[in-house]
Amino acid sequence: MATVIPAGAARVVEHNALVFRRQWRGSLTVSFFTPLFFIASMGLGLGSLVNRSSGGVGGVPYIDFLAPGLLAATTMQTAAFECTYPILGKILWDRIYEAMLATPLKVRDVVIGEVAWVTLRMLMVATIFWIVMAAFGVAHTPESLLAIPAATLSGLAFATPLIAFTSTQKNDSVMGTVFRLVITPLFLFGGAFFPISRLPFVLQGVAWATPLAHGVALSRGLVLGTIAMPEAALHLAVLLVYVVAGGVIALPLLRRRLIK
Amino acid sequence: MASDSTPLISARGLGKRFGELVAVDGIDFDVARGEAFGFLGPNGAGKTSTMRMIACVSPVTSGSLTIFGENPATRGAEIRARLGVVPQADTLDLELTVRENLIIFARYFDISWAEGRRRADELLEFVQLKERSKDKVDDLSGGMKRRLTIARALINEPDLLLLDEPTTGLDPQARHLVWDRLYRLKQRGVTLVLTTHYMDEAEQLCDRLVVMDKAKIVAEGTPRELIEKYSTKEVLELRFPVDARPMLDHTLDGLADRVEVLADRVLLYTSDGDAAVAAVHSRGLRPETALIRRGTLEDVFLRLTGRSLVD
Ligand SMILES: Nc1ncnc2c1ncn2[C@@H]1O[C@H](COP(=O)(O)OP(=O)(O)OP(=O)(O)O)[C@@H](O)[C@H]1O
Ligand SMILES: [Mg+2]
Repeated sequence: MATVIPAGAARVVEHNALVFRRQWRGSLTVSFFTPLFFIASMGLGLGSLVNRSSGGVGGVPYIDFLAPGLLAATTMQTAAFECTYPILGKILWDRIYEAMLATPLKVRDVVIGEVAWVTLRMLMVATIFWIVMAAFGVAHTPESLLAIPAATLSGLAFATPLIAFTSTQKNDSVMGTVFRLVITPLFLFGGAFFPISRLPFVLQGVAWATPLAHGVALSRGLVLGTIAMPEAALHLAVLLVYVVAGGVIALPLLRRRLIK
Repeated sequence: MASDSTPLISARGLGKRFGELVAVDGIDFDVARGEAFGFLGPNGAGKTSTMRMIACVSPVTSGSLTIFGENPATRGAEIRARLGVVPQADTLDLELTVRENLIIFARYFDISWAEGRRRADELLEFVQLKERSKDKVDDLSGGMKRRLTIARALINEPDLLLLDEPTTGLDPQARHLVWDRLYRLKQRGVTLVLTTHYMDEAEQLCDRLVVMDKAKIVAEGTPRELIEKYSTKEVLELRFPVDARPMLDHTLDGLADRVEVLADRVLLYTSDGDAAVAAVHSRGLRPETALIRRGTLEDVFLRLTGRSLVD
């Protein structure tokens, strides 16, 4: 760990792990059953109708279309949960960061540590999701395993901008709005459940401007084995821009918030 | 690295501003190694702002500050590694147990898990919280939380301990326990810097103290020096019936070096309390009670800031 991220940031990860230790069973159980239920009900149940009426989506059965897209939508949700209320709590309510910054830890350690932690969380979620996909026969190639880091990167593209956003919040009043107006609409309309090409033209543009559309396309292409290198590179590049830009603005914003 | 004779903390013209508000206005002080140094002052005087600058968590706005001979602006993390900090408001982790709070804090100082566990158990013993080590912090009383915060501040075996109102809100028994522990730390050579609103705490713990008022230092010295300079050997406390108070205005003039009329009592500063009592009576005044006591820091505080120590 210390070789990949600075020692101070590793301490922030350890703090999160110590808190997580108390709730990991419940958390991982949810991470297992949520995709199970979604894939069973929508992939198999709704999918049987879709397959009968139009022969699946883009030449594959609906379940194969749905599941990998849902993987990227799910890591987005994980990022959104981890990077809003818990972080605001550590700034404002429990003042965990204030305690950390009285030690040799720095704001940079906090930002890198939180990003590392949400990365670990998304890797857990995505790995369990992949196992569920494999159980349904959706994921069956070694390349499909690449959807795990791809979906994690896609989630990170939400995580760093959300940490930046949370750093500016005086209370949690706007956070519910972020979920209602950004995360949930993207989950529903961002390409996981039906192709973005079905959206009105203007909304297609909006969808492609968000990281999720690229994460969905990447994950789906890797699981179905249909992705070409240039296309994959484009999606990766968009996601990386979001991750880096979010991280670059999160650091000064959190510093301004915490150092008075 | 500072040698033994150089001050552990040195501030010159130290200032802190929050926008337009001047919280600390160019103060000078030195704290020697092994000393117990106190900041007294009414609410809003700038004590916490000063402590936070010393703790290297709040940037200095003007003037100079060195801790261990180093500059907090460039060597903050290195200085913090040698500090123990008890902030004015607890910042304990309510989701973790008492013991976990200490162990994870040890990790922040790069102390191994095994060593962190060892120190945690030792410190829980030290602050008498061993029986509560597996409890969630949320379930502790306010006084227990404060003791845990003190234990946490000691996890890195600091050379300098900063305590911002360490015993506010504690019952007398818990306060005496904290005083005893701080006294032991001092004996071990730990330098203590504390703020307090309790004059008995300041008198018990501090070798030297400064009184702050409106962002400035208004007096400095040992408790004894301050009492000698700003108070008198004896103080006569008089209580009058409520309806007799308005008549007091000038009737007490000349009876003592200084007369202070408070909401509930009148203080006469004098070198001879008994003589003052006699003089009061000879003027025909009949106080309900008359108490002669020694001058204290409370009197110093009142004289300098016009306010009681505990508002
Ligand atoms: N983060 C901040 N932002 C703006 N103003 C602040 C901030 N912290 C302190 N102040 C202001 O600075 C002044 C000094 O506050 P400080 O907390 O240092 O006082 P204090 O002596 O510790 O008082 P108390 O005895 O009430 O703890 C006050 O007017 C306070 O409102
Ligand atoms: Mg204060």
